[in-house]
Amino acid sequence: MSEEPPRRNPSLLGRPAALVPARSDAGIPENPAAERLAGLAFVAALLAGIGLLVVYVLGGQTQIEAVLLTACLGGIGFGIIVWAQALLPNAPVTEVRHPLGSEESAADPGDALAAPAITRRTMLVRLMLGAFAGLAAALAVPVFSLGPAPGRELFVTPWRKGLRLVDETNIPVLGAQIPVGGLLTVFPEGYPGSADGQTLLINVGPGRLQLAPDRASWAPNGFVAYSKVCTHAGCPVGLYRATLESLICPCHQSTFDVLRGAVPTGGPAVRPLPQLPITLQPDGTFAALGDFPEPVGPSFWNVHSGG
Amino acid sequence: MCTAVADERASGAPGRVIDGGPVLEPRRPTELERIAIWFDRRTGFGRYAGTVLRKVFPDHWTFLLGEVALFCFVILLATGVFMTFFYTPDSRPTTYHGPYAPLDGTQVSAAFGSVMRLSFEVRAGLLMRQIHHWTALVFLGSIAVHLARVFFTGAFRRPRDINWVVGVGLLLLALAEGFTGYSLPDDLLSGTGLRIAYSAAISIPFIGPWLASLIFGGEFPTLDLISRLFVFHVMLFPGLLIAGIGTHLLFVFVQSHTQYKGGTRREDNVVGQPFWPGQVFRSVGLLFMTAAVISLIAGLIQINPIWLYGPFIPYAVSSPAQPDWYVGWLEGALRLGLPIEPTILGVTIPAPFIPGVVIPTILITGLLLWPFIEARLTHDRAEHHLLDWPWESPVRVATGAAAISLFLVFTLAGGNDVIGVFLNVPVESLTMVFRVLLVVLPVGTWVAIYWLASARRRRGEVERAVETAPGGIALRRTPDGGFQEVEGSPGGQPTQGGPPA
Repeated sequence: MSEEPPRRNPSLLGRPAALVPARSDAGIPENPAAERLAGLAFVAALLAGIGLLVVYVLGGQTQIEAVLLTACLGGIGFGIIVWAQALLPNAPVTEVRHPLGSEESAADPGDALAAPAITRRTMLVRLMLGAFAGLAAALAVPVFSLGPAPGRELFVTPWRKGLRLVDETNIPVLGAQIPVGGLLTVFPEGYPGSADGQTLLINVGPGRLQLAPDRASWAPNGFVAYSKVCTHAGCPVGLYRATLESLICPCHQSTFDVLRGAVPTGGPAVRPLPQLPITLQPDGTFAALGDFPEPVGPSFWNVHSGG
Repeated sequence: MCTAVADERASGAPGRVIDGGPVLEPRRPTELERIAIWFDRRTGFGRYAGTVLRKVFPDHWTFLLGEVALFCFVILLATGVFMTFFYTPDSRPTTYHGPYAPLDGTQVSAAFGSVMRLSFEVRAGLLMRQIHHWTALVFLGSIAVHLARVFFTGAFRRPRDINWVVGVGLLLLALAEGFTGYSLPDDLLSGTGLRIAYSAAISIPFIGPWLASLIFGGEFPTLDLISRLFVFHVMLFPGLLIAGIGTHLLFVFVQSHTQYKGGTRREDNVVGQPFWPGQVFRSVGLLFMTAAVISLIAGLIQINPIWLYGPFIPYAVSSPAQPDWYVGWLEGALRLGLPIEPTILGVTIPAPFIPGVVIPTILITGLLLWPFIEARLTHDRAEHHLLDWPWESPVRVATGAAAISLFLVFTLAGGNDVIGVFLNVPVESLTMVFRVLLVVLPVGTWVAIYWLASARRRRGEVERAVETAPGGIALRRTPDGGFQEVEGSPGGQPTQGGPPA
């Protein structure tokens, strides 16, 4: 150091008496190019911020605002990163890693815990825990206020005998509206948009359905109605492959065979889509013969109990 | 060494001898200790556990006032979470249908309707609401009393001036929480309060209308207002409160608690009970007692029956109208405000501006800066860990008492209509009386308390001097370096030497 001309480090010259220790510039890299780059980035951020303000005052434009915001934030971020990478002391520092367990507490944890003061009174500890259990029981009051006791609502839908099949605007559906290979989402009359009453009415053409004998009369003229709520996770079964006569749920790809009572043929669903018993009325509309024979939608613990 | 307990057992090592004391047989750790060791192996917390668990806190009932506030906050969080499940933060109109027949079929906001449902149809809903509201009153009350304790004992002096600032911030947040929360049911009373708050906001010269519009989302009443108040009440302010309470307690821990004079207590020690188990047990007990008392009050005494006030309708108002107690002083200030509305250089200073904005700002700023004002007045910038008795600083106690009397006059003025009916006196006369009291009472209180405290301080000095000179005479050092016998000392033979220690 003494061989260097003193001018090289002016901070060492004529330093006034200070109350705090002198600063050391050791290890701070000299990199004028990086300094310029970071400075430029900060200037760009400043200009972009002002530009953003101007755009906002002039009425705003989403894309330009986004670009200017990006420039402002990015300028700040870029400048700070350049500073960190090129202008801060970057020599690696080594620190000793201490084992985590502390000797003191492991050696005698009871000392700090004052455990005997509490654990010695076993009976009192148990009674206090019992008191807290009583409080927990009392807290059942607000918890059970949060919702009603589940009744039969998971087992039933609005469908009743005699309710006509309507579209989402509550207008009765006519068989003539649905060509062979077509389908329509229908609801119980008076419940358009019903979440659990939503049903698919599908025209597969006469004589093609292979339903259980007791359900043969539930699908007049090749019109069959299935619950639209997937039995896997409750999504609406929204996709229909007319060529394969299969319904597909878009959420998890459960696939149901329309001709064979909507039994699952693929995907994670286990239960068939419940079939709605329907009849064709003289005026060309359809009416339900009753509710779905099984609960619609995904399973729950007592789904097979019949409610 | 980390596995000392287990290793010693395994190796059959003899018991350890501690300081030549009795031989302790190695033993299996208790459940509590095993849990502690499990955490220690993963966090190393045992290194700090001693410091934290053995931390000494002085024992005095006045140190529990702040704890009551903390526990109120816990109760507020618990009951508040419950109510958010049922509350609808929405000003849009709906038709109320429910078991409360007088309002059945009337137009109410969705917010009001949801609070009606919470009160009448949710099991334990009314109890939860009343506990929440009563706790809010006790919360502000315990903060106020805690603040008074800290003020009158000089606990705010260096190094705790920083925590005083945090505490005043917490007070303001608690006030904001109270006001926003009490406005959420969107009933006629609180809606009127919001209308007044809006008017106070627009009264600020130049920026008022802008500020009010930014806060309320337009001209009062706005459809956005209730949902904004909701976000303030359940998210923004509670978040800040949690951060602030954490900081407040951290400072108490780092600086150690103050203590009263006497006994073995000195500036350089802390005498009390360790945090664990003594203080934890006391504090948990206090938590449950606080909750118990509030539950009793809340279950037996009706509060904020919004069905009697009805839904907020901008063209309707109820009378008499009083806010919760902690807002009463602002209401009173507005009632006592002079009917003056000058226009200076085209700038109108609205009547609500002075009582509704300027005076509260001055009072709160004075409260916030008191530690620094007092340090400047007394030139006392030293560290203090021993508390003063209130009379030891006559200026402080007189100023505090005068501030309380001012607050009292403002609060009573906020109920001038009720007092007027009760005393059968016209409200106008009462307002004039309160305006006079507003000046006379604080000044009179200041003078009286200053005089009383000064007398008590002189007597205290004598007592202290006598105490420290048992059997002898008490001496006081005179400014010119001599010694003088303190008046009232028991007398006796003059002794050689310096002044009493």
